[in-house]
Amino acid sequence: MANKVIVEININGDPVELLCEPRQSLLEVLRDVLELTGSKEGCLTGDCGACTVVIDGRPVCSCLMLGVEAAGKNVATVEGLASGMSLHVLQQKFLEHASLQCGICTPGVLMSAKALLDRNPNPTEAEIRYALAGNLCRCTGYDKIVRAVTDAAAALAGRTHPAHGTVPSETASGMAGEMLAKGEAK
Amino acid sequence: MKQFAVVAPADLASATRMLAEPNRSALAGGVDLLDMLKQELAAPAELVNLKALGGLDRIESVPGGVLRIGPLVTLNQLAAAPAVRERHPALADSAAQAATPQVRNLATVGGNLAQRPRCWYFRNPDIVCLKKGGTKCYAVAGLNRYHAILGGGPSFIVHPSNLAPALIACDASLALNGPDGERKIAVGDFFTSPKVDPRRENVLKPGEIIAAIEVPAPPTGARSAYLEAREKQSFDWPLAAAVAILALNRAGEVVHARIVMGAVAPIPWRAPSAEKILLGAKLDRALADRAAEAALAGAAPLAHNAYKIPIARAMVRRAILRAGGVADEPA
Repeated sequence: MANKVIVEININGDPVELLCEPRQSLLEVLRDVLELTGSKEGCLTGDCGACTVVIDGRPVCSCLMLGVEAAGKNVATVEGLASGMSLHVLQQKFLEHASLQCGICTPGVLMSAKALLDRNPNPTEAEIRYALAGNLCRCTGYDKIVRAVTDAAAALAGRTHPAHGTVPSETASGMAGEMLAKGEAK
Repeated sequence: MKQFAVVAPADLASATRMLAEPNRSALAGGVDLLDMLKQELAAPAELVNLKALGGLDRIESVPGGVLRIGPLVTLNQLAAAPAVRERHPALADSAAQAATPQVRNLATVGGNLAQRPRCWYFRNPDIVCLKKGGTKCYAVAGLNRYHAILGGGPSFIVHPSNLAPALIACDASLALNGPDGERKIAVGDFFTSPKVDPRRENVLKPGEIIAAIEVPAPPTGARSAYLEAREKQSFDWPLAAAVAILALNRAGEVVHARIVMGAVAPIPWRAPSAEKILLGAKLDRALADRAAEAALAGAAPLAHNAYKIPIARAMVRRAILRAGGVADEPA
């Protein structure tokens, strides 16, 4: 019964073959087997969204599915957002708008926001809030997160954000930026 | 969590044979099952992965205007499907308002109907309540603000399915597939009152799964509305939900009425007394008031949940007015 099983998953564009127990959640497989600790463990009941990853374009709670269920799927985690040391525009906008304090919710929020913008590049504020409804944040009060996502959508479309003038496009530097880029903020 | 194996059945028949063995659980979206496994409220030796079966995740239009919804269709898939949005907006809304985006991408229609209750006494692994073979329902004398106001006893859970009230209002039926073959049952007959057996919520037999959900074409001119009240707006379990499906004739009289409530009783709660008041009468705000009054007339609250009665009444009233196209307040 305790036999492990081999699972093949495409993670952030890389084919990965791994060994896990059938009872291990995808979150446990990511964090404990693959040491991709960007996805966070919060409630383990689907309430907080800290473990959000994007599977075949759809955000899901990685704590609510088994690792074996991800076999053959394309899984995107926060570690895959940045290109090397160059932040994804969402990460950049989260820094500019100070959209995080403790940071536990941030990887999940980023992945929900990424899935939203991939599907709907020009969301309304209501659409952003609906898409982020499953990501709890106890620090920011959400407004800064919503502003960052709005601004990121504008930057991706080459627009300027009406509330913020010209959108700056510098790459983040400093500790927080580097940690975000590597998905290492614990 | 205890160890288990995950097995992939080759076809529906082998899936139901496997599930008829003792100590097996069906794995669909897994949302409720993983919760149960983590709490060790379920400890199966084997999970039979229904996702290994092809074709159960589709919504098909079949002749006669029937929508055949596969049990592995996710809530987000259901909420976004144009055929569902156009023909059965209350059903689409009931899916769109359930849980969170991440959960709706995993949770399935079949799982939503077959999920176990969210009662905090039931979910506590240290409490052996009536539903787990114990002798009492701890909600009766305990903390019962989210429990049943209608149809309770001896268990006072509320059925957690968002979709069930809408499906019942749509006169939908289920194809149940088991070792003895397939049977068809109205969604309203799928759920089991605790008065019949407090340990289960539905009529599924060992090995049986929901193989399809069939939603007939709505009656001519019918319009539907789904409304739920929650404590938290971003996402929450509803305190009370109501579905109204109404068709009016040219004179504004109600010729078809379905009123079903959610989160108020151990089973989805249809209100025939409200439907009777509506049928044949001209729809206006006073009629909606009377129908909503009738829907909650039999309510028997516990110590902490009488507040749910006016909320449920308001949901019924507003759902009726919205489905009937009558403005809620005078202009």
